[in-house]
Amino acid sequence: MLAEEKEMIDIKTVRKDFPILSREVYGKPLVYFDNAASSQKPSKVIDAISHYYEYEHSNIHRGVHHLSAEATEKHEESRKTIQGFINAKYSHEIIFTKGTTDSINLVAYSFGNKFINGGDEVIVSSLEHHSNIVPWQMMCEARGAKLKVIPINDAGELLLDEYRNLLSIKTKIVAIGHVSNALGTINPVKEIIAEAKKKSIPVLLDGAQAIPHLAVDVQELDCDFYAFSAHKIFGPTGVGILYGKENLLNTIPPYQGGGDMIETVTFEQTTYNELPHKFEAGTPNMAGVIGLKAAIDYVNEVGINNIDIAEHQLLEYATEQISVIKGIRLIGTAKEKASVLSFLVNDIHPYDIGTILDRMGIAVRTGHHCAEPLMNRLSIPGTVRASFAFYNTKEEVDVFINALKKAISMLS
Amino acid sequence: MTIAEIQEEIVEEFSIFDDWMDKYEHIIESGKELDSISDALKTNTNLVKGCQSQVWLHAEMDGENLILQAGSDAIITKGLVSLMVRTLSGHTPKEILSAQLSFVDEIGLKEHLSPTRSNGLVSMIKKIKLYALTYSVKANG
Repeated sequence: MLAEEKEMIDIKTVRKDFPILSREVYGKPLVYFDNAASSQKPSKVIDAISHYYEYEHSNIHRGVHHLSAEATEKHEESRKTIQGFINAKYSHEIIFTKGTTDSINLVAYSFGNKFINGGDEVIVSSLEHHSNIVPWQMMCEARGAKLKVIPINDAGELLLDEYRNLLSIKTKIVAIGHVSNALGTINPVKEIIAEAKKKSIPVLLDGAQAIPHLAVDVQELDCDFYAFSAHKIFGPTGVGILYGKENLLNTIPPYQGGGDMIETVTFEQTTYNELPHKFEAGTPNMAGVIGLKAAIDYVNEVGINNIDIAEHQLLEYATEQISVIKGIRLIGTAKEKASVLSFLVNDIHPYDIGTILDRMGIAVRTGHHCAEPLMNRLSIPGTVRASFAFYNTKEEVDVFINALKKAISMLS
Repeated sequence: MTIAEIQEEIVEEFSIFDDWMDKYEHIIESGKELDSISDALKTNTNLVKGCQSQVWLHAEMDGENLILQAGSDAIITKGLVSLMVRTLSGHTPKEILSAQLSFVDEIGLKEHLSPTRSNGLVSMIKKIKLYALTYSVKANG
């Protein structure tokens, strides 16, 4: 391992930025390896939210008073920060939502209503989280369309030849996870998008698991929609992003009706507001939006590439360490992986391993990870999943490995 | 023995362990010792759905008493299930209905009975009580 030589993150300083990392669980130091479910929050995010409620809160847009103008400004500043972070062309291509799930539902509903009809097809993959399956299923049912699924190999990689064969004149949209939440596979999204573009088919990327780990440039990717959640990238819960290309967002109808998304309302007819407000009905999660800005500023400070390198080293180290344990079966062995170590041990139930690790202060996730079709494809009921963030350490991996050995001896 | 007496016995059994690991090892052992519910009884009707570990529960009357058979695919859950079966099986529906299951709390495993744990144990207790209720209504009817 070259971890020490190449380390560009001062781990001690970084850990101090996250107050929760110093707490104990059952009298033992917390080892938080459930980052793929939700990441922890640095003080800067927590402080930004408190400060907002203490000094800045007021309802935004169309306010006549100072506080409202200030809150509106902050809100729109956050939009610009996110635009910069994913390199969107315009800030009005950034729509604030409740989270990745909400973003995908928005596209499934609005895009579906506009463009999808009986006999059409939507392509997803076997790796998808339920939130990138069910909204499409619901839309397909409503519109009489069909869901087509890109298969995977046993390592958990998409079969691109099969994907090419699925693309047809009937395909109206391709919706793919950028990184798999259950296995950590980084999908070859550039290639997937390029193939779809040859047939002028739009592509949505579910970026929930990619955004905290990889540099994302939506213009370079040339994706049409990109969805992610703030809470996975060290920001607050309850706020998410939908990036969409301007022309598509202008073409598809609004998702929800209400205040703020209108231009004029009469009982005979309502006209809709322009982007991004057309898709932001009702009072938004202003504190969440401001917290997300603080989170992105923090990530920019640390550097997303440094984060990527640090996490890659952790994953490599943990994979090496776990692989020598007798009876371990790694689930998901793709060549390109991000921060997720999913595994089973002999015939021990994942829940049992998770329970024992928990008693030793280690937080992992067990179960099907909201990817039941993937578990069925792999013929397993679920896995134990350890998922890392850049604030995790090699020492924590050692604690985890020792605890895992202990759990195995107790449960065998 | 009454349900209360069995619970006291379990609490005493666990009192010799001062460390969580020994407690869990004892639960795991109890799970291993539980007579496995036969595959024929692992039906959909007998399945108590937890989000992660599954529990199977079969109940039938033997004279005045309700006899329980249960199992789980996770060994820690199975251990806890075995303690439940040991406590409740072989008692009348009326006794089961009025039973206060205090032992889990007293042996320091309260977290397993929290509805937020997706291990099926809470649903299992509900199902046992429902069986008891059904049979006591039948007996009175």
